[in-house]
Amino acid sequence: MALPDEILLSIDKPERYIGNEVNMVRKNPDDVDIRFAMCFPDVYEIGMSHLGIQILYDMFNRRDDVYCERVYSPWLDLDKVMREKDIPLFAIESQDNIKDFDFLGITLQYEMCYANVLQVLDLSKIPLIASERSDSDPIVIGGGPCTYNPEPLADFFDIFYIGEGEKQYYRLFDIYKEHKKKGGSRQEFLEKAAEIPGMYVPAFYDVEYNEDGTIKSFVPNNSHAQKKIVKQLVVDMQSTDPEAEYNYYPRKPLVPFIKATQDRVVLEIQRGCIRGCRFCQAGMVYRPVRERNVEYLKNMASEMLKSTGHEEISLSSLSSSDYSHLEEIINYLIDEFGKKGVNISLPSLRIDAFSLDIMSKVQDVRKSSLTFAPEAGSQRLRNVINKGLTEEVILNGASLAFKGGWNRVKLYFMLGIPTETEEDMKGIAELCEKVAEVYYEIPKTERNGKVQITASSSFFIPKPFTPFQWAPMCTKEQFLERAKIVNGRMKEMLNKKSIRYNWHEADVSVIEGLLARGDRKVAKTVLRAYELGCLYDAWSDSYDNEKWQQAIKDTGIDMDFYITRERSTDEFLPWDFIDIGVTKKFLKNEWENAKNETVTPNCRMKCNGCGAAVFGGGVCFEN
Amino acid sequence: MKIRVKFAKKGYMKFIGHLDTMRYFQKAMRRADVDMMYSEGFNPHQKMSFAAPLGVGLTSSGEYMDIEVHSTDCSEVMVNRLNEQMVEGMEVISYRQLPDDSKNAMSIVAAADYNIKFREGLKPDIDLRDAFEKYVSQPEIIVLKKTKKSEKEIDIRPGIYEAKADDDSAFLKLASSSGDYLKPELVMDGFYKYIGMEMPKFALEIERLEVYAGSVEEGFVTLEDLGREI
Repeated sequence: MALPDEILLSIDKPERYIGNEVNMVRKNPDDVDIRFAMCFPDVYEIGMSHLGIQILYDMFNRRDDVYCERVYSPWLDLDKVMREKDIPLFAIESQDNIKDFDFLGITLQYEMCYANVLQVLDLSKIPLIASERSDSDPIVIGGGPCTYNPEPLADFFDIFYIGEGEKQYYRLFDIYKEHKKKGGSRQEFLEKAAEIPGMYVPAFYDVEYNEDGTIKSFVPNNSHAQKKIVKQLVVDMQSTDPEAEYNYYPRKPLVPFIKATQDRVVLEIQRGCIRGCRFCQAGMVYRPVRERNVEYLKNMASEMLKSTGHEEISLSSLSSSDYSHLEEIINYLIDEFGKKGVNISLPSLRIDAFSLDIMSKVQDVRKSSLTFAPEAGSQRLRNVINKGLTEEVILNGASLAFKGGWNRVKLYFMLGIPTETEEDMKGIAELCEKVAEVYYEIPKTERNGKVQITASSSFFIPKPFTPFQWAPMCTKEQFLERAKIVNGRMKEMLNKKSIRYNWHEADVSVIEGLLARGDRKVAKTVLRAYELGCLYDAWSDSYDNEKWQQAIKDTGIDMDFYITRERSTDEFLPWDFIDIGVTKKFLKNEWENAKNETVTPNCRMKCNGCGAAVFGGGVCFEN
Repeated sequence: MKIRVKFAKKGYMKFIGHLDTMRYFQKAMRRADVDMMYSEGFNPHQKMSFAAPLGVGLTSSGEYMDIEVHSTDCSEVMVNRLNEQMVEGMEVISYRQLPDDSKNAMSIVAAADYNIKFREGLKPDIDLRDAFEKYVSQPEIIVLKKTKKSEKEIDIRPGIYEAKADDDSAFLKLASSSGDYLKPELVMDGFYKYIGMEMPKFALEIERLEVYAGSVEEGFVTLEDLGREI
């Protein structure tokens, strides 16, 4: 063990650091050519719940020449001990130091983990700045949704891989193995890696800025670097053969001892989303929608339940109701495993007769709640964001559910959406009131006590590669002002006692906005924030707004430039060197449609020519 | 049908807490395809109960849980099947059937054996055998028992059923029923005080060896012996 007993017995949840979990892969490090440390830069319970890492862990370890191990952010208590006692960060499997690995792969799932990325590098004793690393340091490679704008982290990574991991890692490993055998420099390897599709080596690009701070030019400074980085994805997910190329899925997922956030078998039924909500980055960058074969899923469900012993299984996708074989897969799971005491945990489904019927079969109606995500309070604003959900659908769904015995409803909204008016804000309260009224229209004898409505607002953060990537974002004060307006209107509602309203922290949303659309200049702010002690910023208990504000001040960042400014559609945005398939032209049209409150039909209703058809698969070729 | 399972928890598995150990075995039962009985309702639970929680940091070669199954294979096959699903450090030792009317393990636990070693370099520099003998031959041993709410002085001597030491380690048989439960750490804390020392933090390596039903008067019987091989 890297940590002696006296440390493991003095920290919270030592199980986070000792490994030995069911289905952990054991290899002799001396027998492999490549040692890969896979990192989720947050606490173990969160990281272990992430499906992507389980897929890649399985895929990498299928190769005899690779040993993929895991590493997570040490929790605050251990972080302190490791610094005091100068203990380097280690991988869970072998307990060996990360610094001795060939690769450190870090998944970037949300912006507020950026300080933890630096923590992992720092505790590993790897220079934080990529250009200061030597041939003996691991190659630090980033992946995941935040790489669709990697620029605020450009200084800290050797490579970013833009796309789905299944596609190009084997090629990277082959090249690395060859390179290691011949004994070349770090620079030489990065040059070879830069030629692989989807691989972005930030050091191989020069950025020049205009006087107003916008990007003047973004050009390769190395002949091996690709001018455009094309997103990589698995085109065919329809294969039923678990050994088929790129069709990786872990048949023996890791089972932590400690209760992870996702303590169940996760079945990914499809990737991408047909809906095209204009605020949603995942809905754009994961295009086109690709469904997994239902027979394949049935087999995988069975194998994974058997190999893990989990007592619960859930479906994963961006919009499960759109999966063509949803009814078939759910009924299969209920029939096959329900009697064996396996809970079927349903993803948030569109509320209709089908989903209510299924829900009443697998959960206790009195204890469960319904979830709606109208996102905006008025139809006008829902048209702006292209959220197809109408008031009629919500109220009909609620009515059906109330008659079925439910009496708890959760409603999710966003505040600060472009074009939002006071009327739209008040609409949030009014919609909640209408839901309550639907409940009280049911005769007293047929309803189940009082109705409980919980409405939550998050604050809208424009994300790269969405039609709102050019949009201005609110300041903290504007956000809170809007929440106050909603809250005030809530208090005027007849059924106000049945409605609870809460909203997110506004200051952290603003920082997330900075990191989401920042350029390379923001890297020094991230570094400064980390130096000031920022860590676990995704956790409200440890988020320290004053330190972030200090970092912004210290590094001369103009928040108006990054947050409140509306970008011109002619501007070269920091992420414009990436090609996600969806064209800029489509995004511009959608930005116009948003302003005109025009709804765009979903991919199954009509192809809107977004550009994702270029990949040659998925929903674009269904008919 | 009631089954009693005896298992060992060694090495780094000592860091797995009681609740997580229970979760681990629930999943292990599924992996080994044991025909478990479940409670009714939307969240069915396996019928499984543990004899005595083991503190984090302690190893054991004699842990017990009772389960209820619809059907089963013979003891030997079931032990093998379960061991195929164990991680390093966890080992199933026996799988025995209990009479249908037997009480569950938790309610009959009366005593437990412990072996206590000292972490490297932390053994007190005295004649351990001799000092320990003198310590436990006192008519009463008053120690300060701290709980979350209060501290009080208690006499732990009646709860020490057997105690001896050799040059390197100590052996204790201690009261372990729910109403009268004596922690080995408390006995050792008293010992350090007796020899005029403060017990260093993390000085001890404690292993639970066995758990018993019965009483001082009628004699102790291991929980395992209450079941029969099938």
